[in-house]
Amino acid sequence: MSEQPALEPLLDVRDLRIHFQDGDQIVKAVDGISFQLAKGETLAVVGESGSGKSVTALSITKLIATPPAIYSGGQILFHGKDTLTMSPSELRSIRGRKISYIFQEPSSSLNPVFKIRSQIAEVLQLHRPDIKDIDREIIRLLELVGIKDPALRFHDYPHQLSGGMQQRVMIAMALACHPDLLVADEPTTALDVTIQAQILELLRDLKKEIGMAIILITHNFSIISGIADKVAVMFRGKIVEFGPTAEVIKNPQHPYTQALIECVPRMGARAKRLKTIDYSKVNV
Amino acid sequence: MNLIEVKNLKVYFPVYGGIFGKKIAEVKAVDDVSFSIPKGKTVGLVGESGSGKTTIGRAMLRLAPVTGGEVIFEDKNILAIGENEFRPCRRKMQMIFQDPYSSLNPRMTIFQIIGEAFEIHEPSLSKDERRERVGKLLTQVGLKKEVMSRYPHEFSGGQRQRIGIARALAVNPEFIVCDEAVSALDVSVQASIINLLQDLQEQFALTYLFISHDLAVVEHISHEVLVMHHGKIVEHASAEAIYESPQHDYTRKLLSAVPKI
Repeated sequence: MSEQPALEPLLDVRDLRIHFQDGDQIVKAVDGISFQLAKGETLAVVGESGSGKSVTALSITKLIATPPAIYSGGQILFHGKDTLTMSPSELRSIRGRKISYIFQEPSSSLNPVFKIRSQIAEVLQLHRPDIKDIDREIIRLLELVGIKDPALRFHDYPHQLSGGMQQRVMIAMALACHPDLLVADEPTTALDVTIQAQILELLRDLKKEIGMAIILITHNFSIISGIADKVAVMFRGKIVEFGPTAEVIKNPQHPYTQALIECVPRMGARAKRLKTIDYSKVNV
Repeated sequence: MNLIEVKNLKVYFPVYGGIFGKKIAEVKAVDDVSFSIPKGKTVGLVGESGSGKTTIGRAMLRLAPVTGGEVIFEDKNILAIGENEFRPCRRKMQMIFQDPYSSLNPRMTIFQIIGEAFEIHEPSLSKDERRERVGKLLTQVGLKKEVMSRYPHEFSGGQRQRIGIARALAVNPEFIVCDEAVSALDVSVQASIINLLQDLQEQFALTYLFISHDLAVVEHISHEVLVMHHGKIVEHASAEAIYESPQHDYTRKLLSAVPKI
């Protein structure tokens, strides 16, 4: 983080610590991490299950329930204001409007008993009550995320759409309020490789078109090149490496980052065995 | 020598509709598919959701209703024989599932989950002998013997997949269908499970049908690759050839979708 952006960063996380009480044990899910995100920038957070990447993402709008979680230190400055000390009503004005989320499993994030139209309309009515023609805005959003015949599709129920289409609807809902920051938590992990490529392409286009910042959370190094400007590698609650994506992939410094990149199967490599991570050699 | 051969396999699912609920159409999930798997080799089956790849795997183990065609195993068409005649074949054919969370019974200990196979297929074993066999299987898949008294929720996704593999190995199978066996796992865990499957193949001369939507994984583990699209095999080639000179447009599309690091 040598280069200091001229303007104040959109998001400035300082020495964040989130612990969980488990019986008489304390689990340090996030253990003193700091990073900054400028407007329109994309940050990838890469790590394995349990590394603390999702907890970090959810904590930005204080979505982790306390208890069992304890926000035991640090600050999350969004537009210069600490979200960890905000009142519930202040948080509500940010959640979904300034910062929105998409998750891994689109089918479990959508309500199965409501049509697509009414689920997007709910977001608009709540956050943008000034809109007159809600249907037109919904159609515009669905078009934006690449859904064909949106005027027909918005009468569908979630189960009538494929996984890739459902994820597009989730993205449309997330974009409904022109957020400054989109947090995508494993957005393609539940999807086929071909659909994954389409969704990543869509995020790449939207980033250019709308200029919002994105935090992309994933366990898979191979999906982040071409979309993320910077990458933070997390291991056991700590950021072990941080830098520009291309540079980190080309020349990873930390042994854990090296191992995580090497274990991805590569087409045409014809390697006999895949590399695995030897945790005894990873020191934090 | 081929261990298992599929000839003109067809699986059609009826679609009912109209006011009388009559059959109005059919979905051709698997439409005239033929291939064979040599003993000790891995054939990869790749395609998108809904392409029919899981249905093929299930049909080969007699777990899906078949409309037509043959599955030849040990010189017998296993689709045409009776349940009693098929039972000895059943133990030689096993399946490893995608979701290690839902494929293990949460109320059973690991010993009960893996040991159940012995109760059915080797009822003569005493409890101590069973315990010993389960312990041996657990060490073979890289877990400690002592974990057999625990329950599935105490394990991570990768460990559960190892338990699923140990359960499949319990009956000394010859043929294993791995249906998206690593798709739900982190890449780092995925690598270790793929390595384990390859080690076990070498050790026990296992034959795999490896089903996945991820061409990079399939290309790594397989000797031959079948590409499926809308119920048909559109390309059948060696793993090298699929990557170096894909013939079919759909294969090229799948290849281009694989993210490059």
